[in-house]
Amino acid sequence: MNVALFLTCLGDAVYPASVGRSTVEVLERLGCEVDFPTAQTCCGQPAFNSGYHEDAKKAARHMIRTFEDAPYVVTPSGSCAVMFREYPHLLRDDPEWQLRAERLAAKTYELTQFIVDVLGVEDVGASLPGSATYHTSCHMTRLLGVTEAPMKLLQHVKGLDFHELPYKEQCCGFGGTFAVKMMPISEQMVDDKVDYVEETGAEYLIGADLGCLMNIGGRIERRGKEVKVLHIAEVLNQTEGAG
Amino acid sequence: MGIQINNDPFFERVERGIDNHFMRSAVSGAQDRLEGRKTTSTSELDWEAWRDHSEEIRQHTLEHLDFYLNQFAENVAAQGGHVFFAETKEEANEYIQSVVKKEHAQKVVKAKSMVTEEIGMNEALEEVGCSVVESDLGEWILQLDDHDPPSHIVVPALHKNKEQIRDTFEEKRGYTESSDPEALGRFAREQLRQDFLEAEVGITGCNFAVAESGAVSLVTNEGNARMVTSLPKTQISVMGMERIVPTWEELDVLVTMLCRSAVGQKLTSYITGLSPDGGEGSHAPENFHIVIVDNGRSKILGTKYQSALQCIRCAACINVCPVYRHIGGHSYGSIYPGPIGAVLTPLLEGYDEHKELPYASSLCAACTDACPVKIPLHELLIEHRRDIVEEYGGGDTGEKWAMKGFGYAASHPSLFQMGAKSASPVIGGVSKKEGVGPGPMKRWTSLRTLPAQRGDNFRSWFKNRRKGESS
Repeated sequence: MNVALFLTCLGDAVYPASVGRSTVEVLERLGCEVDFPTAQTCCGQPAFNSGYHEDAKKAARHMIRTFEDAPYVVTPSGSCAVMFREYPHLLRDDPEWQLRAERLAAKTYELTQFIVDVLGVEDVGASLPGSATYHTSCHMTRLLGVTEAPMKLLQHVKGLDFHELPYKEQCCGFGGTFAVKMMPISEQMVDDKVDYVEETGAEYLIGADLGCLMNIGGRIERRGKEVKVLHIAEVLNQTEGAG
Repeated sequence: MGIQINNDPFFERVERGIDNHFMRSAVSGAQDRLEGRKTTSTSELDWEAWRDHSEEIRQHTLEHLDFYLNQFAENVAAQGGHVFFAETKEEANEYIQSVVKKEHAQKVVKAKSMVTEEIGMNEALEEVGCSVVESDLGEWILQLDDHDPPSHIVVPALHKNKEQIRDTFEEKRGYTESSDPEALGRFAREQLRQDFLEAEVGITGCNFAVAESGAVSLVTNEGNARMVTSLPKTQISVMGMERIVPTWEELDVLVTMLCRSAVGQKLTSYITGLSPDGGEGSHAPENFHIVIVDNGRSKILGTKYQSALQCIRCAACINVCPVYRHIGGHSYGSIYPGPIGAVLTPLLEGYDEHKELPYASSLCAACTDACPVKIPLHELLIEHRRDIVEEYGGGDTGEKWAMKGFGYAASHPSLFQMGAKSASPVIGGVSKKEGVGPGPMKRWTSLRTLPAQRGDNFRSWFKNRRKGESS
């Protein structure tokens, strides 16, 4: 099965390359042929959510051109997948682009959703000894409707002792530009989240959205907590013997 | 009071909210309790199907609002009631003042009503020498406490704990007993009884008007609304023009949703239906007035914001909002706080005093999920942001240029790559030890450390790997 990887701008430019690498390696282990269209940029969500819809449309049209020939588009971020699904609405004034946007939206999947729902796999053969908790990202859960897939995959990770996060559905306070525009509020939200993570006593905090992980992880580190932050792709790529 | 409750700059209000630990613990405790009860009370329903149905009812009603309002008005008039359509809050207040004057009323007793707060009715009545007594417990507490504004649309004194309430009672009314809620309630009841007996006019809000029968329905828990509508000879009900249902059948559905969403009860203690002619033996007041308030609502009809008028004022969005949880209701500067307030306030009052509100959301969509009539609240907040940028000219200049640059770069990959690389010095300039950055990164890194190992490049790994495979 051929899939095009949409790594997202955070995965591409800011976050350590291990997230992209793990995504590629996990998909390949499951029999996919992974392509990385090098023209990819950003889904446009920062502009869209800030109200700059004309600028967001430029990003949208470019991403449609870049990905529309792929049979499947897979991204290690629920929030960016949601933005792809927003394109038809964003481009509704232009029927031709709207149609192209609809086609792209229909074949775009968040990584865990793709593995469970399309590939039909729940056990990827991963192994991570230790205790972990999981942050359910808002957009992935509420807007993309993906709640079960990451849980099913994590349940099959060998050696992983899972602790549910208190108030798991509460936002971590990232919200894109919200994190800087509404900094004092964002600070309270992320501090609550870090406290809840700590309360679980878990060694690892796992998530499926780089924005949230950068926010929570960055705050964990700043507050000098010991919890290690992992993207779910990195967890699924831990195979026995690979460490 | 009007919609705006505070003139201080937004971030000053937010800071005050965040620093108020009493308020925050009261708010988070209440949110948790209400959410828990809501979950229990909705568990035996196919909640999503009920939400769909409720949305349909509200959409249908708004599409035919002129028809149902006319039908309602005719049915009120046919039973001897008086209907007044007020386009503005001034018109509404003038009418209410005229009724009160005609009745030579010295005292008005009131049930809880957000729309009367919105139009500043209490002040208007005091201007004509009529005292106004709030009889809803929460509102009464706030009135006693030097007119502290409501911080929640269902539980107006949510920001106060029982000790603070005890202190207010002591200071204002010489209360000497404990902060036990039952004792506090008993005291309020005794204090209010005389007001009920003295008031010449009773004023209520309106949860839903029922078009087919010209009735007003009230959904309450304390019994005070029944006293307000049965003791005084004259009753005035004030309603927002969108608060109407076609028949009792739709009322049934929406009351089901309202009680569960607002307070997690299957039914509140009192669901009251009042019509001007209650029939023989009824306790209907002699004079029955309905004031239907527009105050900017008709301007929302037919726009992309129309769904905001679906609101049934249950506060479910407020009860799940993580922003509200930390800053409380007063920080919004509006009698309508939380997500629905951030949508509604700028629609009713414009952006000048409220342009930060649409940004006071992380767009987590918990509000949209919680709304029993499916208002896409977080999407409406984005629409506001768009209008602030495109129509109001309120986006800040730096951001505008940054977004233009973003749009251009995001559609020109080589430029985007360059941008990403040139961002590296910025990110690279972040102190490895502290992870604190200069310039545009400063606000982000003032709270958070950037990921370690940043700058190791996925693209070159992927490219080299392919090369390795083909050789």
